[in-house]
Amino acid sequence: MDLVGQLQRQFVDYTTSLTREGFLDDQFKQLQKLQDESNPEFVVEVVSLFFEDSEKLLNDLASAFQQKIVDYKKVDAHVHQFKGSSSSIGAQRVKNVCVAFKTYCEARNFEGCSICLQSLEQEYHLVKSKLETLFKLEQQIMAAGGSVPEL
Amino acid sequence: MKKSGSSTTIVKKFSALVVDDDLVIQRIHKMYLNRFGFETQVVGNGKEAVDLYRSGAFFHLVLMDMEMPVMDGPKATRELRGMGVNSMIVGVTSQDGDSEKQAFMGAGLDDCYMKPLTADTITSLLQQLNMKYR
Repeated sequence: MDLVGQLQRQFVDYTTSLTREGFLDDQFKQLQKLQDESNPEFVVEVVSLFFEDSEKLLNDLASAFQQKIVDYKKVDAHVHQFKGSSSSIGAQRVKNVCVAFKTYCEARNFEGCSICLQSLEQEYHLVKSKLETLFKLEQQIMAAGGSVPEL
Repeated sequence: MKKSGSSTTIVKKFSALVVDDDLVIQRIHKMYLNRFGFETQVVGNGKEAVDLYRSGAFFHLVLMDMEMPVMDGPKATRELRGMGVNSMIVGVTSQDGDSEKQAFMGAGLDDCYMKPLTADTITSLLQQLNMKYR
Protein backbone atom coordinates (compact mmCIF):
# COMPACT_ATOMS: atom_id res chain seq x y z
CA MET A 1 0.00 0.00 0.00
CA ASP A 2 1.39 3.42 -0.90
CA LEU A 3 1.76 6.28 1.58
CA VAL A 4 -1.58 7.92 0.71
CA GLY A 5 -3.35 4.57 1.01
CA GLN A 6 -1.74 3.93 4.40
CA LEU A 7 -2.67 7.35 5.72
CA GLN A 8 -6.23 7.00 4.43
CA ARG A 9 -6.53 3.62 6.13
CA GLN A 10 -5.19 5.16 9.36
CA PHE A 11 -7.75 7.96 9.08
CA VAL A 12 -10.66 5.57 8.62
CA ASP A 13 -9.50 3.33 11.49
CA TYR A 14 -8.96 6.29 13.80
CA THR A 15 -12.36 7.83 13.08
CA THR A 16 -14.05 4.45 13.58
CA SER A 17 -12.31 4.01 16.93
CA LEU A 18 -13.35 7.48 18.08
CA THR A 19 -16.98 6.62 17.34
CA ARG A 20 -16.69 3.18 18.92
CA GLU A 21 -15.17 4.62 22.11
CA GLY A 22 -17.95 7.21 22.32
CA PHE A 23 -15.77 10.27 21.80
CA LEU A 24 -17.65 11.34 18.69
CA ASP A 25 -21.21 10.56 17.62
CA ASP A 26 -23.13 10.82 14.37
CA GLN A 27 -23.35 14.60 14.63
CA PHE A 28 -19.63 14.83 13.80
CA LYS A 29 -20.25 12.77 10.66
CA GLN A 30 -23.04 15.21 9.72
CA LEU A 31 -20.56 18.08 9.98
CA GLN A 32 -18.07 16.23 7.78
CA LYS A 33 -20.81 15.74 5.17
CA LEU A 34 -21.45 19.49 5.13
CA GLN A 35 -17.84 20.20 4.21
CA ASP A 36 -17.11 20.56 0.49
CA GLU A 37 -14.71 22.22 -1.97
CA SER A 38 -16.27 25.64 -1.42
CA ASN A 39 -15.89 25.26 2.37
CA PRO A 40 -12.89 22.96 2.76
CA GLU A 41 -12.09 24.15 6.29
CA PHE A 42 -15.63 23.98 7.67
CA VAL A 43 -15.11 21.20 10.23
CA VAL A 44 -11.82 22.66 11.49
CA GLU A 45 -13.49 26.08 11.75
CA VAL A 46 -16.47 24.81 13.74
CA VAL A 47 -14.31 22.65 16.01
CA SER A 48 -11.95 25.59 16.63
CA LEU A 49 -14.95 27.67 17.69
CA PHE A 50 -15.90 24.84 20.03
CA PHE A 51 -12.38 24.78 21.52
CA GLU A 52 -12.44 28.53 22.17
CA ASP A 53 -15.93 28.38 23.62
CA SER A 54 -15.09 25.40 25.84
CA GLU A 55 -11.90 26.87 27.25
CA LYS A 56 -13.77 29.99 28.29
CA LEU A 57 -16.60 27.94 29.80
CA LEU A 58 -14.16 25.76 31.79
CA ASN A 59 -12.48 28.91 33.17
CA ASP A 60 -15.87 30.37 34.08
CA LEU A 61 -16.87 27.12 35.77
CA ALA A 62 -13.63 26.93 37.76
CA SER A 63 -14.16 30.56 38.90
CA ALA A 64 -17.73 29.87 39.91
CA PHE A 65 -16.56 27.03 42.17
CA GLN A 66 -13.89 29.18 43.77
CA GLN A 67 -16.51 31.57 45.11
CA LYS A 68 -17.42 31.40 48.82
CA ILE A 69 -21.03 30.80 47.86
CA VAL A 70 -21.52 28.86 44.63
CA ASP A 71 -24.10 30.41 42.32
CA TYR A 72 -25.65 27.18 40.99
CA LYS A 73 -27.84 29.10 38.56
CA LYS A 74 -24.75 30.57 36.92
CA VAL A 75 -23.02 27.18 36.92
CA ASP A 76 -26.09 25.59 35.34
CA ALA A 77 -26.12 28.25 32.62
CA HIS A 78 -22.46 27.56 31.76
CA VAL A 79 -23.02 23.79 31.75
CA HIS A 80 -26.11 24.22 29.61
CA GLN A 81 -24.09 26.16 27.05
CA PHE A 82 -21.33 23.55 27.14
CA LYS A 83 -23.91 20.81 26.64
CA GLY A 84 -25.29 22.63 23.61
CA SER A 85 -21.99 23.25 21.87
CA SER A 86 -20.55 19.80 22.63
CA SER A 87 -23.63 18.04 21.27
CA SER A 88 -23.58 20.25 18.16
CA ILE A 89 -20.11 19.02 17.17
CA GLY A 90 -20.77 15.45 18.27
CA ALA A 91 -18.51 15.40 21.35
CA GLN A 92 -20.65 12.73 22.98
CA ARG A 93 -18.66 12.00 26.15
CA VAL A 94 -18.37 15.71 26.96
CA LYS A 95 -22.11 16.11 26.41
CA ASN A 96 -22.85 13.14 28.71
CA VAL A 97 -20.82 14.65 31.55
CA CYS A 98 -22.78 17.91 31.07
CA VAL A 99 -26.05 16.01 31.44
CA ALA A 100 -24.90 14.55 34.79
CA PHE A 101 -23.48 17.93 35.82
CA LYS A 102 -26.84 19.64 35.28
CA THR A 103 -28.53 17.11 37.57
CA TYR A 104 -26.02 17.85 40.35
CA CYS A 105 -26.51 21.60 39.80
CA GLU A 106 -30.26 21.26 40.19
CA ALA A 107 -29.68 19.35 43.43
CA ARG A 108 -27.08 21.97 44.52
CA ASN A 109 -24.77 19.06 45.24
CA PHE A 110 -21.28 20.57 45.65
CA GLU A 111 -19.37 17.30 45.70
CA GLY A 112 -21.23 15.91 42.69
CA CYS A 113 -20.62 19.14 40.78
CA SER A 114 -16.91 19.18 41.67
CA ILE A 115 -16.48 15.63 40.42
CA CYS A 116 -18.33 16.54 37.22
CA LEU A 117 -16.14 19.58 36.67
CA GLN A 118 -13.01 17.45 36.93
CA SER A 119 -14.54 14.88 34.61
CA LEU A 120 -15.55 17.60 32.16
CA GLU A 121 -12.00 18.98 32.03
CA GLN A 122 -10.66 15.49 31.46
CA GLU A 123 -13.13 14.57 28.72
CA TYR A 124 -12.71 17.92 26.99
CA HIS A 125 -8.92 17.62 26.86
CA LEU A 126 -9.21 14.04 25.64
CA VAL A 127 -11.56 14.89 22.77
CA LYS A 128 -9.51 17.97 21.92
CA SER A 129 -6.38 15.89 21.59
CA LYS A 130 -8.20 13.22 19.53
CA LEU A 131 -9.64 15.82 17.15
CA GLU A 132 -6.25 17.49 16.75
CA THR A 133 -4.77 14.10 15.84
CA LEU A 134 -7.57 13.56 13.33
CA PHE A 135 -6.97 16.94 11.68
CA LYS A 136 -3.21 16.25 11.52
CA LEU A 137 -3.95 12.98 9.71
CA GLU A 138 -6.13 14.87 7.23
CA GLN A 139 -3.34 17.37 6.60
CA GLN A 140 -0.85 14.54 6.05
CA ILE A 141 -3.17 12.89 3.51
CA MET A 142 -3.58 16.16 1.60
CA ALA A 143 0.16 16.91 1.76
CA ALA A 144 0.83 13.47 0.28
CA GLY A 145 -1.47 14.34 -2.63
CA GLY A 146 -4.44 12.28 -1.53
CA SER A 147 -8.01 13.09 -0.56
CA VAL A 148 -9.66 12.55 2.80
CA PRO A 149 -11.92 9.46 2.62
CA GLU A 150 -15.63 9.94 3.10
CA LEU A 151 -17.08 7.77 5.84
CA MET B 1 -36.34 29.96 -10.71
CA LYS B 2 -33.46 27.97 -9.29
CA LYS B 3 -32.91 24.25 -9.38
CA SER B 4 -30.52 22.85 -6.80
CA GLY B 5 -28.26 19.85 -7.19
CA SER B 6 -29.99 18.10 -4.28
CA SER B 7 -33.15 16.03 -4.57
CA THR B 8 -35.27 19.01 -3.43
CA THR B 9 -36.23 21.43 -6.14
CA ILE B 10 -36.09 25.00 -4.87
CA VAL B 11 -38.91 27.08 -6.35
CA LYS B 12 -37.35 30.37 -5.30
CA LYS B 13 -34.44 31.64 -3.28
CA PHE B 14 -35.54 31.74 0.33
CA SER B 15 -34.00 33.97 2.98
CA ALA B 16 -33.26 32.78 6.49
CA LEU B 17 -32.29 34.40 9.77
CA VAL B 18 -30.37 32.44 12.40
CA VAL B 19 -30.97 33.88 15.86
CA ASP B 20 -28.55 32.26 18.34
CA ASP B 21 -25.87 33.41 20.78
CA ASP B 22 -23.83 30.22 20.34
CA LEU B 23 -21.13 30.77 17.71
CA VAL B 24 -20.81 27.03 17.04
CA ILE B 25 -24.55 26.68 16.34
CA GLN B 26 -24.56 29.91 14.29
CA ARG B 27 -21.83 28.48 12.03
CA ILE B 28 -23.42 25.04 11.68
CA HIS B 29 -26.95 26.29 10.99
CA LYS B 30 -25.71 28.91 8.52
CA MET B 31 -23.81 26.18 6.68
CA TYR B 32 -26.83 23.87 6.54
CA LEU B 33 -29.09 26.65 5.30
CA ASN B 34 -26.62 27.86 2.67
CA ARG B 35 -26.19 24.28 1.47
CA PHE B 36 -29.95 24.09 0.92
CA GLY B 37 -29.92 27.31 -1.09
CA PHE B 38 -31.00 29.84 1.52
CA GLU B 39 -29.55 33.34 1.74
CA THR B 40 -28.68 33.43 5.39
CA GLN B 41 -28.08 36.16 7.94
CA VAL B 42 -27.01 35.59 11.53
CA VAL B 43 -27.69 37.58 14.71
CA GLY B 44 -26.75 36.90 18.32
CA ASN B 45 -29.97 37.58 20.25
CA GLY B 46 -33.70 38.19 19.95
CA LYS B 47 -33.45 41.98 20.09
CA GLU B 48 -31.17 42.06 17.03
CA ALA B 49 -33.75 39.96 15.18
CA VAL B 50 -36.60 42.28 16.16
CA ASP B 51 -34.52 45.34 15.21
CA LEU B 52 -33.82 43.85 11.78
CA TYR B 53 -37.52 43.38 11.10
CA ARG B 54 -38.26 46.88 12.43
CA SER B 55 -35.74 48.28 9.95
CA GLY B 56 -37.74 46.66 7.15
CA ALA B 57 -35.93 43.34 6.67
CA PHE B 58 -37.89 40.19 5.91
CA PHE B 59 -36.91 36.55 6.12
CA HIS B 60 -38.92 33.55 4.92
CA LEU B 61 -37.51 31.43 7.76
CA VAL B 62 -36.32 32.37 11.24
CA LEU B 63 -34.43 29.83 13.34
CA MET B 64 -34.95 31.12 16.87
CA ASP B 65 -32.87 29.87 19.78
CA MET B 66 -34.71 29.69 23.10
CA GLU B 67 -32.14 31.00 25.57
CA MET B 68 -30.25 34.14 24.62
CA PRO B 69 -29.02 37.23 26.45
CA VAL B 70 -30.66 40.66 26.02
CA MET B 71 -33.89 39.17 24.60
CA ASP B 72 -34.69 35.45 24.61
CA GLY B 73 -36.47 33.40 21.95
CA PRO B 74 -39.98 33.41 23.41
CA LYS B 75 -39.95 37.21 23.95
CA ALA B 76 -38.55 37.90 20.47
CA THR B 77 -41.12 35.55 18.91
CA ARG B 78 -43.98 37.30 20.75
CA GLU B 79 -42.69 40.70 19.61
CA LEU B 80 -42.36 39.62 16.00
CA ARG B 81 -45.86 38.12 15.94
CA GLY B 82 -47.15 41.26 17.65
CA MET B 83 -45.65 43.28 14.78
CA GLY B 84 -47.63 41.13 12.34
CA VAL B 85 -44.62 39.14 11.12
CA ASN B 86 -45.86 35.98 9.39
CA SER B 87 -42.45 34.47 8.57
CA MET B 88 -42.01 30.81 9.43
CA ILE B 89 -40.46 30.99 12.90
CA VAL B 90 -38.98 27.73 14.08
CA GLY B 91 -37.73 27.34 17.63
CA VAL B 92 -34.43 25.62 18.24
CA THR B 93 -33.70 24.45 21.74
CA SER B 94 -31.33 22.24 23.68
CA GLN B 95 -33.88 21.91 26.49
CA ASP B 96 -35.22 18.37 26.78
CA GLY B 97 -38.34 19.24 28.74
CA ASP B 98 -41.76 19.16 27.08
CA SER B 99 -43.02 22.05 29.20
CA GLU B 100 -40.26 24.40 27.97
CA LYS B 101 -41.01 23.40 24.39
CA GLN B 102 -44.77 23.97 24.88
CA ALA B 103 -44.17 27.39 26.43
CA PHE B 104 -41.93 28.35 23.52
CA MET B 105 -44.54 27.12 21.01
CA GLY B 106 -47.10 29.22 22.86
CA ALA B 107 -45.09 32.34 22.03
CA GLY B 108 -46.04 31.92 18.37
CA LEU B 109 -43.69 29.41 16.80
CA ASP B 110 -44.63 27.35 13.76
CA ASP B 111 -42.59 24.45 15.11
CA CYS B 112 -39.80 23.62 17.53
CA TYR B 113 -36.81 21.32 17.18
CA MET B 114 -33.86 20.14 19.25
CA LYS B 115 -30.55 21.60 18.23
CA PRO B 116 -28.56 21.08 16.20
CA LEU B 117 -30.89 20.80 13.25
CA THR B 118 -30.35 17.96 10.81
CA ALA B 119 -30.41 17.85 7.02
CA ASP B 120 -33.79 16.04 7.20
CA THR B 121 -35.32 18.85 9.26
CA ILE B 122 -34.07 21.53 6.86
CA THR B 123 -35.46 19.51 3.93
CA SER B 124 -38.84 19.36 5.65
CA LEU B 125 -38.76 23.12 6.38
CA LEU B 126 -37.91 23.79 2.75
CA GLN B 127 -40.87 21.70 1.61
CA GLN B 128 -43.16 23.62 3.96
CA LEU B 129 -41.81 26.92 2.61
CA ASN B 130 -42.36 25.77 -0.97
CA MET B 131 -45.99 25.07 -0.05
CA LYS B 132 -46.43 28.34 1.83
CA TYR B 133 -44.99 30.51 -0.94
CA ARG B 134 -46.39 28.56 -3.91
